[in-house]
Amino acid sequence: MRSGTVHALVGENGAGKSTLMKILYGMQKPDEGTIAINGEQVVFGDPGDAIAHGIGMVHQHFMLADNLTVLENIVLGSEKLHGIGGRARARITEISDAYGLGVKPDALVEDLGVADRQRVEILKVLYRGARILILDEPTAVLVPQEVDALFENLRGLKAEGLTVIFISHKLGEVLSVADEITVIRRGTTVGSADPAHTTTKQLAELMVGSELPSPETRESTVTTEPMLTVAGLRMAAVDPDGVERVVLDDIGFTIHKGEVLGIAGVEGNGQAELVEAIMGMRQLDAGTLRLDQADITAAPTRKRREDGIGYIPEDRHRHGLLLEAPLWENRILGHVTEPPNSRGVLIDPTAARRDTERIVREYDVRTPGIEVTAASLSGGNQQKLIVGREMSHLPKLLIAAHPTRGVDVGAQAQIWDQIRQARREGLAVLLISADLDELIGLSDTLRVMYRGRLVADADPATITPEELGSAMTGAASGHLAHQPAAGSEPSGGEDR
Amino acid sequence: MKKFDRDRVLLAVAAPVLAVVGALIVTALVLLATGKDPFHAFNVMVNYGDKSDSQVYILNKATTYYLAGLAVAVGFRMNLFNIGVDGQYRLAAFFAAAVGGAVSVPGIIQIPLIIVTAMLVGAAWAAIAGVLKVTRGVSEVISTIMLNSIAGIVIGYFLQGGRLGVLDKDANMVSTKPLPSSGHLFNFQTATDPVDGFIVFAVLAGVLYWFLLSRTRFGFDLRAVGRSESAAEASGVSVKKMVITSMLISGGMAGLVGMSTLLNESHDYGTDFPTGIGFTGIAVALLGRNNPIGIAIGALLWAFLERASGGLEFQGYDKEIVGVIQGVIVLAVVIAYEIVRRYGLTRQQRKVGAELAAAAGRQETQEVAA
Repeated sequence: MRSGTVHALVGENGAGKSTLMKILYGMQKPDEGTIAINGEQVVFGDPGDAIAHGIGMVHQHFMLADNLTVLENIVLGSEKLHGIGGRARARITEISDAYGLGVKPDALVEDLGVADRQRVEILKVLYRGARILILDEPTAVLVPQEVDALFENLRGLKAEGLTVIFISHKLGEVLSVADEITVIRRGTTVGSADPAHTTTKQLAELMVGSELPSPETRESTVTTEPMLTVAGLRMAAVDPDGVERVVLDDIGFTIHKGEVLGIAGVEGNGQAELVEAIMGMRQLDAGTLRLDQADITAAPTRKRREDGIGYIPEDRHRHGLLLEAPLWENRILGHVTEPPNSRGVLIDPTAARRDTERIVREYDVRTPGIEVTAASLSGGNQQKLIVGREMSHLPKLLIAAHPTRGVDVGAQAQIWDQIRQARREGLAVLLISADLDELIGLSDTLRVMYRGRLVADADPATITPEELGSAMTGAASGHLAHQPAAGSEPSGGEDR
Repeated sequence: MKKFDRDRVLLAVAAPVLAVVGALIVTALVLLATGKDPFHAFNVMVNYGDKSDSQVYILNKATTYYLAGLAVAVGFRMNLFNIGVDGQYRLAAFFAAAVGGAVSVPGIIQIPLIIVTAMLVGAAWAAIAGVLKVTRGVSEVISTIMLNSIAGIVIGYFLQGGRLGVLDKDANMVSTKPLPSSGHLFNFQTATDPVDGFIVFAVLAGVLYWFLLSRTRFGFDLRAVGRSESAAEASGVSVKKMVITSMLISGGMAGLVGMSTLLNESHDYGTDFPTGIGFTGIAVALLGRNNPIGIAIGALLWAFLERASGGLEFQGYDKEIVGVIQGVIVLAVVIAYEIVRRYGLTRQQRKVGAELAAAAGRQETQEVAA
């Protein structure tokens, strides 16, 4: 990457963007390979080394002390540079003016808005002498006008000869600000693009790729009996910056027996909250949930699970496993009140162990035994254990959040088979995935989630990943029809 | 599979043994630095602690330490740091003594009445910290420390002539009204001093603790919260309810701590009622890895060390040396557990990886690391 440019790094979540950045910033060590700055090879032991080489990082989550002023926040940790008094203030004002950041040194950080805080973060790294700026998803927290202002700042920095690495998965923004684009997928560079001659469509194609085994499922098993009915779901949350944001807004849908409803969307648009709302792990502000005719809006999580909701969580380490417990105890987790795990109020370890052996066998969990801790299994095998556990209780509704993330190709096909098999037997599935092929291949119905709302729906039989991708970035809404037949749909089609 | 089990037992024992050995080495160095012979000192400790009246003393002390250890361990198992066992048992013993002194019914009712009072008071006192944590997010560490002081003040207020206390003019001591003889618990007579009958209750409590935690659904939920709060929540455990319940159990268990003293020895709660056992309980629970048998061993060790300090004093050593040993053991135990835990985890991971790699060699698979 050349100096004086904005270089964008795009890729799906889990593609390796953050890992790459952590290596660049000295937070992780590479196994192989080299980094060269201005032709000189460098090795970073810790972020201090990276800072010394002129690399600065603006994190997605701001690292500012709210009760200190801007000046204090900036000099914190680098008091040696220009002291903490007048000289520091002069330097801050100088940088701020040079790049048009408009930062007031004496304002309290807690009084600043999100966009201002971000500028303080940028100033902080410039103050430390950074010549290469890494911005990790800087627009995730900004509203469109603020995004424009940020891009204006970035152009200013670029004009002064600084280099900016811009990480994002909002493709429209990337195209508008970047000079060069590198796309990574599954840990490798899959291509680079010139923003002047690329469309979001082509970029999405590069990002998603299509070399996976196809999760096709064509014969429809959808019935007319509703299994899960969600209506008017609304949830607001206060983010760490103290700003209240509506994370789920008027969500409503119905999943019938034998139906797979896929939800597409860039991560962080409310999918995780939707899952937690259905599982009963979060309080709703409004809305109702009905499972198989019964109102479960007020039911606690355990009741919902007993009533037949199976859950394959997005983050299996946080929500799906007890890492330091043996496999058979993990088999009990979430189903402690159900046979074979317990009889009355007592745990039945013998039966649980026996059933764990069965799951290990039937779901091909590669493990030397069921007494090893869950932490010692690979991610794919942990996932197979979770899938096996949830399927063993014959759920009526399966919530599958990224069911094949981090799973090898063989296990992926196997998990898809299990979902399809159960679906034939009348299982309703809510599928959330970042893998668009998986979504399109498995789902009977597709919805697109954007900023906490279901903004579009699509027919998986005809839609392409590119078309879905454009709706995920908010570029299209309504019913997404394949081909420019969009003419007949008022808001349909993709932007082109 | 057997192999993994044996390894785990070995690892489990390794940490406390390492800690005790490390503590002895440090103590030996301290003794050397003060110009004393460490081996002679250890010898004195063993000989003195081994006498038969010492054995009785150790068993009786260990009974209270064991119960305190269990009370702390209940919290530890779900990552709750109940430092308030100290205040809980004192307040519990005080009110139990007051109730026991005020009524006189047959022993079959009197003794359970006293014990239940103690458990209820202990549980109620602990529940304050639980409720504060659940409703206001107050760290239980802070609130239980505060509640310890408050418990002391509450006792100080009531333990006065005219309130719940009786002033003994001759000894110039205040205590609650002595329990009637129906409130005296049986003892086991030995050649020397009697062994407190409450030791039976302590053993029962240990069995109950083991059963509750490892064999019941409730225990599984509790341990799940301790291992991963988020996973437990997703599995359907109400973490808040769990915090309150485990504080209640911990406090109830703490209520038993003072009972062997009250029912078997002093028969009243006076200004000389033993204090600080709650803190010993923390050390003992740490040493015993929250395991009912481990805690028993820890309690016995602690009681032994305390007894041995008396022997050291007779021989002209500073009895504080035992304090040094105890302190170093606690420090060493924390460090040793963490080292052994990490070592065990990575070793198992490596082992599983190796076994699977061997299997994968036979049938080609491609695994994408997660």
